[in-house]
Amino acid sequence: MKIIVCAKQVPDTNEVKIDPVKGTLIRDGVPSILNPDDANALEAALTMKDSYPGTTVSVISMGPPQASIMLYECLAMGADQAYLLSSPAFGGADTCATSTTIAAGIRKLGGFDIIFAGRQAIDGDTAQVGPQVAQRLGIPVVTYVSKVRELGDGYIIVERQLEDGYEVIKVKTPCMLTAVKELNEPRYMNVGRIIDACEKKESVTVWNENDIGLRPESCGLKASPTQVLRSFTPAPKGKGEMLTGTVTEMSSALVQKLREKHVL
Amino acid sequence: MILSPKYQLIQKLARDFAEKEIPESMQEEIDQTGKYPESLYRKITDNGFFGIKIPKEYGGQGGDNLAYVLFVEQISRVSMVTSIYISGANSLGSGPLLNAATPEQLEKYLRPVAEGKKFPAFALTEPGAGSDAAGLQSSAVRDGDYYVLNGRKTFITGAPIADFAIIYAKTDFSKGAKGISAFIVDMDTPGISLGRNEKKMGIIGMPTSDIILEDVRVHKDSLLGEEGMGFINAMKTLDVGRLGVAATALGVAQACLEEAIDFAKNRKQFGQRIADFQAISFMIAQMATQIQACRELLYNSAVLKDTNAKDAGMHCSMAKLFVTETACRIAHDALQIHGGYGYIKDYRIERLYRDIRVNTLFEGTSQVQQIVISKELLKK
Repeated sequence: MKIIVCAKQVPDTNEVKIDPVKGTLIRDGVPSILNPDDANALEAALTMKDSYPGTTVSVISMGPPQASIMLYECLAMGADQAYLLSSPAFGGADTCATSTTIAAGIRKLGGFDIIFAGRQAIDGDTAQVGPQVAQRLGIPVVTYVSKVRELGDGYIIVERQLEDGYEVIKVKTPCMLTAVKELNEPRYMNVGRIIDACEKKESVTVWNENDIGLRPESCGLKASPTQVLRSFTPAPKGKGEMLTGTVTEMSSALVQKLREKHVL
Repeated sequence: MILSPKYQLIQKLARDFAEKEIPESMQEEIDQTGKYPESLYRKITDNGFFGIKIPKEYGGQGGDNLAYVLFVEQISRVSMVTSIYISGANSLGSGPLLNAATPEQLEKYLRPVAEGKKFPAFALTEPGAGSDAAGLQSSAVRDGDYYVLNGRKTFITGAPIADFAIIYAKTDFSKGAKGISAFIVDMDTPGISLGRNEKKMGIIGMPTSDIILEDVRVHKDSLLGEEGMGFINAMKTLDVGRLGVAATALGVAQACLEEAIDFAKNRKQFGQRIADFQAISFMIAQMATQIQACRELLYNSAVLKDTNAKDAGMHCSMAKLFVTETACRIAHDALQIHGGYGYIKDYRIERLYRDIRVNTLFEGTSQVQQIVISKELLKK
């Protein structure tokens, strides 16, 4: 089985601040990390690799050359190959241009059975690239995958997370699945694998627009219809509190809390 | 030092693991009960952390000394006792084997250490032979194909949980240090018993006890290296081990700094945060600067060791001396910033202060490091 994982290097948003005047992200000096949902996507692929001998896991990303450290991280977790789509021509891409580029990279990689991507990246929060790549490749997509139930011959059955429950979906392979954090617990890197990934020459293959057969005008800023008017941090939502106990206990606790807040 | 991606990732791995797997509540519980959680021990072995520095051909990860000190520092920043488990396997347990073991011995003992299946102990110190290690009195007398070991080893880290120990004993009392030989001894060998579990000031959760040897018969295949080469084996092991101790102390010092900063920003006196008093802010500036100096010295010493620089051993001693002494002072200052609260067990700094203290003592006291350094500088 051949699995491809889409990954992105993102600024650690725990450390990122927004320029209050310009409304843009202040990225200077902010550490970059593997996008958390993408780590879940990779873990899902590696779990399958553990269960199905002969499975290969390739990670693909678009980003500047320094994104290769994130791909080393993926290799150190257990991925077999890593590809970085990197070129000045890709700069300034919105989700539309990004998905064109990533889809072209995946086509160059050849056949696959499953593509895993994270639900969304923590810097842009669009959740668009995964489904757009699927659309460009003409394959079905299931977003918000929280559990893989069964992998069969030519199909996969997954649970798709909803706000108040989940859907069980059987989908034909090849397909694209986007992972949420509930899907699994990403494994740690391995020291030996870190050393292998970083010491082996060309453990990350770098492709530019020519390598993946795209014209410069089909990628990057020139192929990006989206214009960002304003970035902002949504006001933090208060954390919900789950009440436990019998119905009587829970209702009396609820009434007490509402009284404390002077709602009642 | 600017770290390459390889070292950055090793640092990140250790930091992520420690922060996620060893929460404060668990650290407190280990300190209070003296019990090290089996589940955590298993996670350490499953992730191969006992073999970071052990070559890949023996089931290890093949890391160098720089990788190792970066790793230990990050673990120790969260849990010093955990770093002692990791160094017990990677350093004092594996060093003697890597220095002198036969291929058969490496397969039998080193591989299981790397894979987390066997835990080693390093048994050099005796009641009357601490800094004066060459004055040890344990004996190994040849009897046909066997050696018979007698004596008492003291303050042996991990002895109660060890599967085997590297025991240093004299095969020839007339030759002083050159009469010392090393043996690999399974801890279930008849004649071996343990002293009581020592009640230590810190690193509670890693048991330490004496190993008592009474007519312990071991086959000559258990001899590690040649007869009379034991002392050199021990010194070579300690040489590298010093980097690990310095890294351990550095990690705890960093934790002390973080605790001090956090406390100073939250504690209010005289109507303002104590961090806004210059006396406190300057202490913090000093601590952070000292930590950075320690870090550079340590990393540089590790690189010197990795590149087999001529005087690398002296630099390892310098790193241990300077980093551990400085770290203890930083812990002192960090506790001082906490005021009376620092003396209360509810505050993390109280444990850090106790844990950090041993670093100037074990694997060669600060004074022994000064002997090593001055001998190197003053020799003809």
